[in-house]
Amino acid sequence: MAKNTKNRDHQAKKSMKINTIHRRRLYFLSLFGLAIVIASFLVMRALDKNINLYYTPTELAKQVISNKARIRVGGIVQQGSVVRTERLEVFFTITDLDHHIQVKYTGILPDLFKEGQGVIAGGYLREDALQADEVLAKHDENYQPPKGSRHAS
Amino acid sequence: MNRFNQLISPRFVYRCLNRLLPWCLSFSVILLLLGMGLGLFGVPPDAQQGDGFRMIYIHVPAAFLSLGIYSIIFCCSVIYLVWSLKIADICAKASASVGALYTLIALISGALWGKPMWGTWWIWDARLTSELVLLFLYWSYLGLRLSIREEKRAAKAAALLAIVGMIDIPLIHFSVEWWTTLHQGATLLKFSKPSIATEMLIPLLIMLAGFSFFYGTILCIRMRSELLKREWRSLWVSEIVLNIQLNTKA
Repeated sequence: MAKNTKNRDHQAKKSMKINTIHRRRLYFLSLFGLAIVIASFLVMRALDKNINLYYTPTELAKQVISNKARIRVGGIVQQGSVVRTERLEVFFTITDLDHHIQVKYTGILPDLFKEGQGVIAGGYLREDALQADEVLAKHDENYQPPKGSRHAS
Repeated sequence: MNRFNQLISPRFVYRCLNRLLPWCLSFSVILLLLGMGLGLFGVPPDAQQGDGFRMIYIHVPAAFLSLGIYSIIFCCSVIYLVWSLKIADICAKASASVGALYTLIALISGALWGKPMWGTWWIWDARLTSELVLLFLYWSYLGLRLSIREEKRAAKAAALLAIVGMIDIPLIHFSVEWWTTLHQGATLLKFSKPSIATEMLIPLLIMLAGFSFFYGTILCIRMRSELLKREWRSLWVSEIVLNIQLNTKA
């Protein structure tokens, strides 16, 4: 409140001075913010490939990847491609409708896994097929009640 | 300017907060109970995810407000640094712990949702990682305030930290568009129509409002106590304290 009375004493003079101070601070902060934005933009550009979680089959077809590197491939499980053996082995094809890649996986699949479902498989390349040690289901952002009257979950 | 000064005077703000508190509290209780009841029992299961999708009613409001509250802290910090409004700093300080709590809720509920649906609790994709960074930002904001004893210096340092950390907010929001992630794209916050059936959307909006009012409730309580603490020398505080004492005697 002391500030208030001071203001009233020499209002005209002070308010002008205070305005310039505020303006200067605002300029400084804007420059500061701009610097942060530019810096993080450059960092993100440089890290772009590392931030991406998976390769699409098309990206995979374009480049040679060492079979010692663990990679993830993401896409859709091709219709009619899922083959299960008597053990827990599963073979399926991941496609992005342009290119596709064979996947071999041993283990339990997520509940959402089915043909036509988005999946991400992680593992090592073996003779143009992916020997996966992890299969994750990627669902879309649409939420709706099931078609038909009753749904047993 | 004089009128504006009156509006942000600690005493006036304290009175407003006092008035707002019961409203915020009752709205948050009613809306949260209503939203949870509808979300758990009134809404059909999802076509893809079955009953698992009901986690949306906790996860999405918490995640949404973790971003929203950080944006509020950012605005308050800019106002504090440029115009030295103490009330902006008090608001930022009072918001941070709720923001951290919501971020934690979003991360934990996301993990619980991710395990049955995706098949993993956690993955280092752009969305999850940037949300985790937000939690660390909140914690470092709170820690920084605690570690500097002098209130003014703590406020300035924390405000600068909040402004630097603001860059994470657009990163979180656009992470699912700019990079490939396991997390799906936006359902609500996009230019086209929300991709969720209307009957499922309504409880979600109710929960969103409930979470917001809960934030408002905590904000009122924390700002009030912060105001009393900072203004303990002034007359209006002693008046309030005396009144309370008189009431308890009578």
